[in-house]
Amino acid sequence: MRRSRIPFYLLVGMLVFLYLPLIIVIVNSFNMSRYGGQWGGFTLKWYSRLFSDRTIWYALGNSLLIALTSTVTSMVLGTTAAIALYRFKTRLQSAHRLFIHLPLVMPDILVGISLLLFFVALKVRLGLFTIYLAHVTFCISYVAMVVLGRLQDFNYAVIEAAMDLGASWPAAIRKVMIPMITPGIMAGGLLAFTLSIDDFVITFFVSGPGSATLPLYIYSMIRHGSPMVINALTGIFIVFTFTVVTISKKLLEEK
Amino acid sequence: MGDFLVFEGISKSFGELKVLDNVSLSIEKGTIFSILGPSGCGKTTLLRICAGFEYPDRGRVILDGKDITSDRPNRRRVNTVFQNYSLFPHMTVRENISFGLQMAGFDRSRISGEVDRYLELIQMSDQADKKATKLSGGQMQRVAIARALINKPQVLLLDEPLAALDLKLRQRMLVELDWIHDEVGITFLYVTHDQGEAMSISDHIAVMNKGRIEQQGTPVQVYEAPTNSFVAAFIGDTNFFETEITSIEDSYCRMNIKDFADGVIVYNDKNFPQGSRVYLSIRPEKFVISHAEPESHRKRNMVRGVVEEIIYMGTHTVFWVRVGDYRIQVRQSHDRFLLDEKIIEHGNTVCISWHADNCYILDRYDERDESLLTLPDDDVTVAPENIISAGK
Ligand SMILES: Nc1ncnc2c1ncn2[C@@H]1O[C@H](COP(=O)(O)OP(=O)(O)O)[C@@H](O)[C@H]1O
Ligand SMILES: [Mg+2]
Repeated sequence: MRRSRIPFYLLVGMLVFLYLPLIIVIVNSFNMSRYGGQWGGFTLKWYSRLFSDRTIWYALGNSLLIALTSTVTSMVLGTTAAIALYRFKTRLQSAHRLFIHLPLVMPDILVGISLLLFFVALKVRLGLFTIYLAHVTFCISYVAMVVLGRLQDFNYAVIEAAMDLGASWPAAIRKVMIPMITPGIMAGGLLAFTLSIDDFVITFFVSGPGSATLPLYIYSMIRHGSPMVINALTGIFIVFTFTVVTISKKLLEEK
Repeated sequence: MGDFLVFEGISKSFGELKVLDNVSLSIEKGTIFSILGPSGCGKTTLLRICAGFEYPDRGRVILDGKDITSDRPNRRRVNTVFQNYSLFPHMTVRENISFGLQMAGFDRSRISGEVDRYLELIQMSDQADKKATKLSGGQMQRVAIARALINKPQVLLLDEPLAALDLKLRQRMLVELDWIHDEVGITFLYVTHDQGEAMSISDHIAVMNKGRIEQQGTPVQVYEAPTNSFVAAFIGDTNFFETEITSIEDSYCRMNIKDFADGVIVYNDKNFPQGSRVYLSIRPEKFVISHAEPESHRKRNMVRGVVEEIIYMGTHTVFWVRVGDYRIQVRQSHDRFLLDEKIIEHGNTVCISWHADNCYILDRYDERDESLLTLPDDDVTVAPENIISAGK
């Protein structure tokens, strides 16, 4: 019996749809021609122009600073949330579970606007700090979800074993549970990092003067600068994101 | 001296479900004490109360004269070998074993020396740096024991420690456990549903059913002198007879069993009065089966029956003998099976006899316990000559 080929065509179609634009961007970043349409020969000049643009480096610095701090913060808070969700099955925790899920499904634009209104109401000055807080709010959810997934097959009996051997509950969590779920925490952290570093919508709302992150700067470049430099930047970004996602997948598979 | 670990009227419910019902036990220092009972009877819950993972609704746990009922698990000098070992999977054998000492804050060189000693005790010095997840079942078992023992607990709790192992390994580990116990001299509280394990390793057995202690005593006591139908049927096999005591003769009594032509004489150590309606338990191997009527004796009982089924088991043969409504299980070992000319065959009328001291009057009888007994299998009837010819 021959198998239908339709699934195969569907798969190819999907891959083309998803990845062709990315490939075009990367190919174009090596294109000599000033306007994307035709191939004008191989060049690295867009990359060299990219690397000599000081504002880009400044924006990248902002992005990295925010991504690193919000990742570390959300790794701690997200893991704590996941352990609470795993251990306690009270009504309060059901509400907690809902709140953790919410940012995953809420439209970014809503999150962005509501955070903006919130910060304005509290008279917090918009800038790197507000971006950091905004990123933490959604990164926590992702870390918590990934860690909770890892905890699904965690056997609580080993915590009891640790307490039986003289560890207090906090010591048992620290010495036994945390090391066992570390791959999950790291994977969650990497996910949070990639989400933070390329977030545009939420950042757009809560940023202030002088706090442009890389995505915000790219956006302004599309409007005012050279699209070819953006191709080069995007190319680097894609490779970077791809690497991080691959590593985080590896971590999650590890037993 | 006798009361090292004491459970005093422990009761525990989970919601509506009463899991432990007024359990009282007293365990002597340095012994192996087993709690034997079917799955779900509350054994693990009792151990968890002793370890501090559950708190009883009522009752107290007293260890070495101190009430530890509400102490936290890490404050008790009690360690557990868990049902599935619960080793720390991210640690090596050495790290697993040293965990308790690290928690107690001993210095590094002292820990290292102690761990070496216990690695030697469990004969795993060469495996010290293996990850716990890379071990076989028997090795995990030994690490779990060493990890608990190294803390020198006053009591070691073992929750079905051999249940996950295959039969051969189970027997070897049983011997090893006994040896380790002799070596360290710590009190073991051993929980199992396997009567063979409990009988062979314990100094004392408490038989548990539905959250209650049915009987406790030495292995010999609970096997030879069961006080109720559950214990008689759960440990080994037996035959139950409904009787009425007709007369008392010193420490013996005469009783009638329906369908038995003559009365029987039975040791009456609990002084049941004349006229009591009681149940009698006779173990299958206490009977002697023969063609000829055995020499009569004042304390020997005899009844005639027809052999309905014969099952040759190698070490012994099981005969099912019909006497009226009763189908009596008889086990006989044989020393000259192939040479014996007068082999008992299917359909023969035989005499089965037993001594008055070899049966036991039960304090309590519950018809439901009959379900624990082996029943004759009506389909498979193998006559001995078939087995002999098949063996040639
Ligand atoms: N934490 C718990 N919550 C509810 N029911 C439980 C809990 N622990 C045990 N039980 C119930 O208590 C009964 C006895 O369990 P357990 O002590 O584990 O028995 P055993 O170890 O003898 O097999 C079982 O019916 C079990 O389902
Ligand atoms: Mg159990």
